[in-house]
Amino acid sequence: MLSIRNLSKTFSSAGEPVHVLRGVDLDLKAGERVALTGESGSGKSTLLHLVAGLDAADGGTIRLDDTEVTKLSDAGRAQLRRDRIGLVFQQFNLIPSLSVADNLAFQARIAGRHDAAWSRELIERLGLGSLLKRYPEQLSGGQQQRVAIGRALATRPSLLLADEPTGNLDESTAEDVLALTRDLVIRTGCGFLMVTHSLHLAATLDRQVTLHAGRIA
Amino acid sequence: MKRALWILAVLLSHWRRHKMQFATLLIGLIAATALWSGVQAINQQARNAYDRAAATFGGTRTAMLVAPDTATFSQDLFVKLRRAGWPVSPMLEGRVQINGRAVRLLGIEPVTLPADVGNAPRLGASDLGSFVAAPGQTLVAQETLADLQEQQGAAPAISSGAKLPPLRVLPQLVPDVLVVDIGVAQRLLNKPDQVSRLLIGKPRGKLAPLASVVGEQLQRVEPNAETELERLTDSFHLNLTAFGLLSFFVGLFIVNSAVGLAFEQRLPMLRTLRACGASARLVNTALVVELVALALIAGLIGLACGYFIAAALLPDVAASLRGLYGAQIPGQLSLRPEWWLAGIGISIAGALVAAATSLIKAIRMPVLATAQPHAWQQRQRRWLILQSGAACAVFAVALLLLHYGQSLIAGFGVLAALMLGAALILPAFLEILLLAGQRFARGPLALWFWADSRQQLSGLSLALMALLLALAVNVGVSTMVETFSRTFIGWLNGRLAADVYISASDNAQGVAIRSWLKERSDVQAILSGGRAETQVQGQPVELLGLPDHPLYRERWPLLEAAPRAWTLLVPGNAAFISEQLSRRLNVRVGDVIDVPAPGGSWELDIAGIYADYGNPKGQLAVNVAALIRQFPQTPQTRIGLIVAKQNIPGLIAALQKQFALDDRSVADQATVKAESIRIFNRTFAVTSALNAFTLGVAGIALLTSLLTLANSRLPQLAPLWAIGITRPRLAAIELTKTLSVALFTSLLAVPLGLLVAWCLIAIVNVKAFGWRLPFHVFPLQLVGLVAVALVASLLAALLPMIRLARMQPANLVKVFANER
Repeated sequence: MLSIRNLSKTFSSAGEPVHVLRGVDLDLKAGERVALTGESGSGKSTLLHLVAGLDAADGGTIRLDDTEVTKLSDAGRAQLRRDRIGLVFQQFNLIPSLSVADNLAFQARIAGRHDAAWSRELIERLGLGSLLKRYPEQLSGGQQQRVAIGRALATRPSLLLADEPTGNLDESTAEDVLALTRDLVIRTGCGFLMVTHSLHLAATLDRQVTLHAGRIA
Repeated sequence: MKRALWILAVLLSHWRRHKMQFATLLIGLIAATALWSGVQAINQQARNAYDRAAATFGGTRTAMLVAPDTATFSQDLFVKLRRAGWPVSPMLEGRVQINGRAVRLLGIEPVTLPADVGNAPRLGASDLGSFVAAPGQTLVAQETLADLQEQQGAAPAISSGAKLPPLRVLPQLVPDVLVVDIGVAQRLLNKPDQVSRLLIGKPRGKLAPLASVVGEQLQRVEPNAETELERLTDSFHLNLTAFGLLSFFVGLFIVNSAVGLAFEQRLPMLRTLRACGASARLVNTALVVELVALALIAGLIGLACGYFIAAALLPDVAASLRGLYGAQIPGQLSLRPEWWLAGIGISIAGALVAAATSLIKAIRMPVLATAQPHAWQQRQRRWLILQSGAACAVFAVALLLLHYGQSLIAGFGVLAALMLGAALILPAFLEILLLAGQRFARGPLALWFWADSRQQLSGLSLALMALLLALAVNVGVSTMVETFSRTFIGWLNGRLAADVYISASDNAQGVAIRSWLKERSDVQAILSGGRAETQVQGQPVELLGLPDHPLYRERWPLLEAAPRAWTLLVPGNAAFISEQLSRRLNVRVGDVIDVPAPGGSWELDIAGIYADYGNPKGQLAVNVAALIRQFPQTPQTRIGLIVAKQNIPGLIAALQKQFALDDRSVADQATVKAESIRIFNRTFAVTSALNAFTLGVAGIALLTSLLTLANSRLPQLAPLWAIGITRPRLAAIELTKTLSVALFTSLLAVPLGLLVAWCLIAIVNVKAFGWRLPFHVFPLQLVGLVAVALVASLLAALLPMIRLARMQPANLVKVFANER
């Protein structure tokens, strides 16, 4: 489903080039759950951003099903994220001016794929039923991340990307949130690529891939 | 000391990395200082000129004795008082015409003139002899000499044919005044042994009671701290000050938003400094020193800008003051050191006030304070309730002032309270509109559009308040000016009854012109007029002589009139009174007033009230024949003619050829009208310029707010971009959001502006000038002003939006990147 070949990315820092990714190859099958680990600065988040089309690669290819992400225009990448990718971030990145209910429905409505029944199921499974009228600032970290996961899965994406989704949560909450995510990923049948520092959490997924100095170790 | 400098350097390093924010802060301070200082420079210049006028050989700055009922009195009273030990000096005042131009003639007695008459121009001992001894001298200001088109040493003739003593320039003298020895003045004005007033010097001992010397024939008038001219021009200067203040506050809005954002961004830096051992006092002192230093730099730049603004506006201001109040202001700017010090002071004080909230936060901040969740919803509600409560209190003050206030200051107080209240209520008004939008929104983006607009409200509200105030002032002042303009032109069409106006150089030429005109078949009617001056109840009053001609009955506009008013005027025992004088004297149609005349009191029934826009003096219109009977010295040099339109150019050419009259001495109605309208337009050129300035500053406030907000909005916008909304679309939505709130603000500004116009027309104008205009609304003008406000908002929003549309994805990704 996801096929990455010879992917490279270089940033410039203080005038010096920093080679973050140096020819990454990675495959993800449909429904497969993969943990991406590695030390700080190894390029995990950059790889995730390139897959999501948030940034453009310098070289190599990323193919999601039949779409070559690296060849898409800015608008094409936006459409890809809207329709086929779900994104979860460490900082939750909810929309503070909208209620929980509106945040949950936001992406699905934008994509024109709002499914009321699926939405109800998500709310129930994520335990958000009593929080729908609240605003993000009125939620705990774990609750906010559950809303972010619900928002990302509301479109039934083919790939869910998560960048340290439990980084801001305590261990117990992190395990709960990840368990929920795993269940929902299985329920939707989408692929799941998660960046994490936690080997313990990484071990709960199907496969672990480690990045080291910009390459798959 | 070293530690303090190091802390200051650390604080200043913030601006190196936030250049736009730094520019915003400086622009705010410069804008706040510039217009305020410019306006103060103009006001100071005008006040100096009023002082100069008031001090002209003992004007209203000196105590004096005047006759209670007549314009002049016998100089025997002067002799009696001097003999009784009173240190008085006689003065005779009147008007003469030279080359068709009317000027004030002042006769003084230099030997007895009190030495302590303010900063009056002095005659040195050496000059005294040549001033008093034949042929004497006529002291004149350089400006007057140029206006009369005469040279120093010339002895021009006045309208009666008598010659003035040779002209001599006295630089300190106020313009439009000629000063001669009192004996010469009595001869020129044909008032032998008469004086207008006696100036009182410093008594050396105890004085005999006035009544015991002259009985009831004279009364004492105490010196005024404020001159008549200062009182008259109060509204004009208050108006300028109000514009300056508005711009000052809008500038402070900019400073407040820039400092507030900088404080939020520097919170971690401040905590780190404290954690590293810098005391709270040291950090806070460094913050204040930094702000004062920036205010000092910006204040100096603002003062330089203020100087240029004042220099650019002064010619128009001088023209306005001359046109509206007859005040003579030199067109060149001269400033005192206190202006510079006050300007820098206001910049520093303004910066400290604008930054007060942030400074207090910094002072109270605990070292280990952690970032609290941003409970914007609750905070916003509390803030809106508080502001709305304050707005209601301010509106109540406006109502009280409207009901109980009688003065001009109270009128401006109503205006200020209205504007402040509206500015305070604006966020609540917008919140209600945006909430309604959110309730009715369909679709997620529309929902976000309204909800996010609500969240942005607190960040944008100061800029929107500035826009509201600037636009309301624009609407109010433009409506007032347009109303005035239309009323004025309509009134002018009625007032300018004759087709050709002639101003003869003297009575002899007047007689010759009339005889010549009677022989011409192209002249349908000769309308001879005249003007004299007197004082009624201590107020200077102009008497305007009107000929009895049907044209006046048809066209001369009267606001109120007794039945058969024009017929009542003919015998000479009735008068029409100008609106402003009727208000000043509290006189209505049917009342009787006593006018002091050379032959005694002239009793006049008030038969009508007429508008007399733009005339600083009170005026009474009487029959011209009666005027000449009562005031035999009235120059008979003004002639109006009724002529068929096609004959006008030929007649004017013939008059000019026959009597060597220049363009200023003979003019057709169209030329006089065009000149009046030109003066009118120039009068309001200053207002238009200040309007444009304030709207411009409000535009800058909006731009700076949007730029500062744009930086802090990335975390809100990046998630939307991440889930598939393109940058150009996001930019378009942001632009629409800004324009929407600007539109809502403009829509509130329109009724507020109309209310401001009503206050100006119904309260301020009446108190300041004595006339009331009919209230008109000009819908096209309102649409135009709203469009200008939207274009200003569009321009302000464009730069941040273009930046957003072109923003590199890497910058947006940074919001999500925990590491790279």
